[in-house]
Amino acid sequence: MRADMAAARRLLPRWAGSLRPASSAAAAAYPKRVKVVEVGPRDGLQNEKNVVPTAVKINLINLLSETGLQVIEATSFVSPKWVPQMADHTEVMQGIRKVPGISYPVLTPNLKGFQAAVAAGAKEVSIFGAASELFTRKNINCSIEESLERFQEVMAAARTANIPVRGYVSCVLGCPYEGKISAAKVAEVSKKMYSMGCYEISLGDTIGVGTAGSMRDMLSAVMQEVPVGALAVHCHDTYGQALANILVALQMGVSVVDASVAGLGGCPYAQGASGNVATEDLVYMLNGLGIHTGVDLQKLMDTGTFICSALNRRTSSKVSQASCRL
Amino acid sequence: MGAVPSALKHCLSYQHLLREQPWIAEPPTAAHPAQEASGVPEYIKIVEVGPRDGLQNEKVIVPTDIKIELINRLSKTGLPVVEATSFVSSKWVPQMADHKEVMRGIERHPGVQYPVLTPNLQGFHSAIAAGATEISVFGAASESFSKMNINCSIEESIEKFEEVAKAARNMNIPVRGYVSCVLGCPYEGNIIPAKVAEVSKRLYSIGCYEISLGDTIGVGTPGSMKKMLEAVMKEIPLSALAVHCHDTYGQALANILTAIQMGVSVVDSSVSGLGGCPYAKGATGNVATEDVLYMLNGLGINTGVNLYAVMEAGNFICTALNKKTNSKVAQASFNIGTIK
Repeated sequence: MRADMAAARRLLPRWAGSLRPASSAAAAAYPKRVKVVEVGPRDGLQNEKNVVPTAVKINLINLLSETGLQVIEATSFVSPKWVPQMADHTEVMQGIRKVPGISYPVLTPNLKGFQAAVAAGAKEVSIFGAASELFTRKNINCSIEESLERFQEVMAAARTANIPVRGYVSCVLGCPYEGKISAAKVAEVSKKMYSMGCYEISLGDTIGVGTAGSMRDMLSAVMQEVPVGALAVHCHDTYGQALANILVALQMGVSVVDASVAGLGGCPYAQGASGNVATEDLVYMLNGLGIHTGVDLQKLMDTGTFICSALNRRTSSKVSQASCRL
Repeated sequence: MGAVPSALKHCLSYQHLLREQPWIAEPPTAAHPAQEASGVPEYIKIVEVGPRDGLQNEKVIVPTDIKIELINRLSKTGLPVVEATSFVSSKWVPQMADHKEVMRGIERHPGVQYPVLTPNLQGFHSAIAAGATEISVFGAASESFSKMNINCSIEESIEKFEEVAKAARNMNIPVRGYVSCVLGCPYEGNIIPAKVAEVSKRLYSIGCYEISLGDTIGVGTPGSMKKMLEAVMKEIPLSALAVHCHDTYGQALANILTAIQMGVSVVDSSVSGLGGCPYAKGATGNVATEDVLYMLNGLGINTGVNLYAVMEAGNFICTALNKKTNSKVAQASFNIGTIK
C-alpha cells in the first residue's frame, strides 16, 4: 500500500510556501492555534456507502496519527444493528497504534457502549445530543430531555473512570424535520451537556444549511452559557458554506474545529450531496491565516489519497483535487 | 448515528422541488440585525461572469442559441450585471467566436448591464459595432502571466488598454478593469500585495470605473486576501473594488466573506460554477453564483437577485452542457427528498 501511495503521491505545487503558516500579521482577530478534531474514521466512514474492512480502518487511523493531528475520532460503540459500518469497533480500538499525545475518542450512546469502549481500551468518549426534538425522536426515539437523562449514566461512569467526555449537539443551524432551530434552544442544550460534565461541546451543522449569519447568531447565544474555550464547530459543507462558517466561528474565538479527511461522509438527508468539510481544505485555510495546527498538509493529503482509493471514490477535498493536477 | 431514513428522490417538477426546499430563503427586505454587527455592506452587486468567463473555460463549445438563452434567463433573475461575451480573436478563444451574434441576439433588459471583454482597439470597435455599451480590459499582477497570456509586459498591456479606455471615454462607454493573479500566479508563485496595488492603481488611473481583483488560480486564503486588499485599498476607493474568487482550493466563499467584511461590495461569480481552471486539470474554477447568494442571503445582505431563478438558469445550462453543476446549493437542493 505504501508503494501505491508513493506512486500516487500528490506533489504539492509551488504553494508549499503558502501551505506553511504565513506570518500572522493579518491574524490579529483569530486564535493563534486551532485544534483540529479529525472525524473521518467515525463520522466519515459511517456515512460512506461502502463498508470498509477493519484492516483499512486501522491503517487509516495509523496514517492519520502521523500527520500531526492531535485528536482522531476512532469509532463508535453503537449497536451494529443500527450502524453496521462501525460493527468492528472493538477490533479497531484494539488494533490501532495509540500514539502518545494523540487522543482517540469514541462514540458511546449509552452505558453498555461506554463499558464496551473502556474494555476495548478507550480513554475518551463522546455523547450525542441534538437541538431538535423531532430529530431526537426520529433518531433515538425519545425526547432531548430523556436522551440527556440516559447520558447521565455515562457521565457518572466516565467521571468514576476519569474518562473525559465530549458532547456533540446536532442540528444547531437547522433540522431536516423541524426546519429552523432557535439559537436559544442550542444554548439550552449545550449548557445542559456542559454542566453534566462534558469538557467540550461540538456544535454540529448537521445538514450544512447554516451561513455566516446564522452561525454568528447561534454562537452569540451559546457563548453566553458555555465558555468559548469549551466550544467546537462541526460544519457540513452540503451547501458549500462550511469554510465561511468556520471562519466566522474563529473570528468569534472558537479554536476547535472538526473535519473529515478527504471530506469523507456524505449527507444522509440529501442523496449525493456532500457532508463533512474536508480536513485538507480546512488546514489550507488555517495555514493561510497563520494559525498553528501542527498538521502536515502533504501527509494529510496522502492519507486522503489512501482512503479514497480504498473506498474507490473521488476525494471531496478541493485542495487535494487541485494539487494533484498541477 | 441511529436509524436514518433514506432520502427519497422527488419525481416532481423542478419548480416544485425548489419550492419545497426550505433553505432557499428569499432575498431579505429589512436589515438583518447580525449584518449591522458584522460590518458587511447592506447591498452587494453581483457580477455574473458565467456566459463569458464560465463558458470560455468549459471543455464543450456552446452553440450560439444556447448562449443567448442562458443570458436571457440570467437577465430575469435580478442580476444587475451579466458579462455577455468576449471580443477576442477567435483564433485564441474559439468558444467566444460568435461574439457578434450573441451581442446582437440577446434581450437587453433595462437595469441590466452587459459588459464584454475587449483586449485591444480592434476588439473595442467591433464590440461597439455589435451594440456593446460597457467593456472590460484585463491586466495581471504578474509579469510572467502577462507574457505567457498576451505576450507583452504588464506596462505594455496597460498602454494598449489606455488606447481602448480613451476611445471608450470619448463614447461615454464605462470600462471595467480586471487584475489577474492577485493572490498567486501559476508561473511566479507568490504575488506581493504592493504589485497588485500598483497595477490596480494604473488601471484605475486610465479610467476604469471598477477594478475586479481576480484570484485566478484560487490559491488565496482569508489571510492573503486581507493583506492584498489592505494594500490595494490604500490606492483605490473601496467602492471601486470587486473580488473575483476562484474556488479551486475550496477557499472562495471564505475569501469573499473576508472581502465583504472589509467593505468590498461587488462580487463576481458564475452560475453553476461554470468554468474550470485551465491551470489545474479537472479542478474547479469560478465560484458558483448560487453558493454566493446563499451566503449573502444568510447574512441579510441585499443583492436583488432571486436564488431560485439563478438555480433554474443553472439547471438549464448544465443540462445543455450535459454536465453536473459545481454549485453545492444546487446539488443539495436537487437531491433533497421527502423526509418522512
